[in-house]
Amino acid sequence: MSNENVKNIQAKEKSEVDSHSEQTKPGPAFIPAVDIFETETAITLIADMPGVKADAINIDLNENVLSLSGDVLPLEGKDEEDILVEFEVGRFWRQFTISEVIDQSKIDAEFKDGVLHLTLPKVEKAQPRKITVKAS
Amino acid sequence: MSGVYPLINLTADKDNYYLRAEIPGLQSDELDIQVAGNSITLAGERKIPTQDENAKYHRREREAGRFSRGISLPGDVNPDKVEASLKDGVLTVIIPKAEAAKPKQISVK
Repeated sequence: MSNENVKNIQAKEKSEVDSHSEQTKPGPAFIPAVDIFETETAITLIADMPGVKADAINIDLNENVLSLSGDVLPLEGKDEEDILVEFEVGRFWRQFTISEVIDQSKIDAEFKDGVLHLTLPKVEKAQPRKITVKAS
Repeated sequence: MSGVYPLINLTADKDNYYLRAEIPGLQSDELDIQVAGNSITLAGERKIPTQDENAKYHRREREAGRFSRGISLPGDVNPDKVEASLKDGVLTVIIPKAEAAKPKQISVK
């Protein structure tokens, strides 16, 4: 809040998963907003999944398809009546195709404050090695 | 649709108003909640750390920035007993209704 150049954040309506996608559970499913970036060693995926409990997140990497899902329990108590409804609550679901070969044993996932951090390390390629020839 | 961040759901039961907002990634100390009269203001800044220059972005959908949003509650409230909690990126503010605004059960003798 010290920096005067910070822009104002814009509210975005949650995008619902296309109904043509395969869905086996009833109720709406939403597409979590993600940042995905790649470095030489890993692909990192950060997903906003508010309202999901850490143990309700499913991450699955099958062949090269990464699936994320998370169930959300209703936030409201049973005696509450709606006055204003600007967002809907439902599970999150999204799939990505990963083009790199990922070292499955080293995948790391952390969930904090409704944000999932997923690190997908690339399989180490053979590093070029310089071979020094010793003079005898 | 673009609107004012964060999006808010407001509900009520006979004792309280419940304001809920999804603000993933925010820490409680990055959020400022003010109640004055019948209005409540949520303000803060959502920060997203920038990655090193070598990182190549494939998707960049999460937004950072400042926000400030005020909403008016439909009835009188007790501002001294407001409770707020932030869990798994969901803010819940429980705002007790003023005694005078609570529905009274009238028993017929």
